[in-house]
Amino acid sequence: MSEFYPKIVAFCCYYCAYSAADLAGSMRLQYPSNIRLVEVPCSGRVDVLMILKAFEKGADGVYVAGCLEGDCHFLKGNYRAKKRVLYAKKILDEIGIGGERLEMFNLSGSSGPRFAEIAEEMVTRISKLGPSPLNSRLVSFPNCKDATAGN
Amino acid sequence: MIVAENKPFHDILGLIEDAKKILIVGCGGCVAVCLSGGEKEVGVLASALRMSRKKEGNPLETVEVTLPRQCDPEYMDMLKGYVKEDIDCILSLGCGVGVQFIAERFSKWVIPAQNTKFAGGTIAHGIWEERCGLCGECILYKTGGICPIIRCSKSLLNGPCGGSQNGKCEVDKNLDCGWQLIYDRMKKFGKLDLLLKIEPPKDWSKSRDGGPRKVVREDVKIS
Ligand code: SF4
Ligand code: SF4
Repeated sequence: MSEFYPKIVAFCCYYCAYSAADLAGSMRLQYPSNIRLVEVPCSGRVDVLMILKAFEKGADGVYVAGCLEGDCHFLKGNYRAKKRVLYAKKILDEIGIGGERLEMFNLSGSSGPRFAEIAEEMVTRISKLGPSPLNSRLVSFPNCKDATAGN
Repeated sequence: MIVAENKPFHDILGLIEDAKKILIVGCGGCVAVCLSGGEKEVGVLASALRMSRKKEGNPLETVEVTLPRQCDPEYMDMLKGYVKEDIDCILSLGCGVGVQFIAERFSKWVIPAQNTKFAGGTIAHGIWEERCGLCGECILYKTGGICPIIRCSKSLLNGPCGGSQNGKCEVDKNLDCGWQLIYDRMKKFGKLDLLLKIEPPKDWSKSRDGGPRKVVREDVKIS
């Protein structure tokens, strides 16, 4: 019986989530290898089109990880990202892909454990939802269930 | 600028349901400025349409192009290379003018992706408001630079009506009464006496009632 192995794209701000991912790696924290990280200079760089393209190209879930509210290196990028994520959720609902496959998270650069936790949280959520309606993939990748962060 | 807003997604989906390959044309003019029909909006709509159709098992092919403007023939020329035989229809994100210019130029079925709303301006990022009713004979010099046609819900020329209360319009209490705005401004400039003059009925033949309007400038014609 084949197992669903969700593909998840995470747009990670360089100043927080991306550094947190690095930290998670240095701390040897395990997080699921389903996550494809895309480094962005600020979560505010993420726009609706980038999110939609990720789904169109095969992602089962997408999340944007920016700095804690009030802590954006560029002041308001994470607030802008939040609004765009909400708008993209609406579009995903209209298309029938489902806005719940997309989420916005806020964390700081020192939150290595939180980074791993978010990754787990998204993998659990998307696993429950099943593959994106655009993907009829139901394949198993037996040897890559978990990978060590930073490897 | 001309302010437009995308039609509901499912309406657009319905309008292209028979098509297998469409040309989606954006406009770099007003609708790009009001963030409804520029290059990025073309990309978002195209992606959403493709995904929706793929999900239904009826894939849609899209070709995307954004012209500097859709309301000038020289930019319309740029479309020639895109309007190929296999394009089933053209979806325009221009205002109503753009849609018509495409329809006049090419013998392809053209569909508007937008509802063209009004002539207005940006109040804040993400907020646009109507300012001019394109009446063809501007009377702003009589009203302190505030348009009674648009800012008064009843387009009164001799306002306010009896429904003006505490500066708000009786049609919607969230709306400023246009005539209160006019009165306050005229008072500020010491020109209240101008408001005592009765404004005669407007000649609407200079507006929409006179058929499609045209402006001709012999001095700038090149042929
Ligand atoms: S008076 Fe006419 S032209 Fe002037 S702003 Fe109002 S609608 Fe526009
Ligand atoms: S309340 Fe003011 S804006 Fe509203 S209809 Fe009357 S005059 Fe016009």
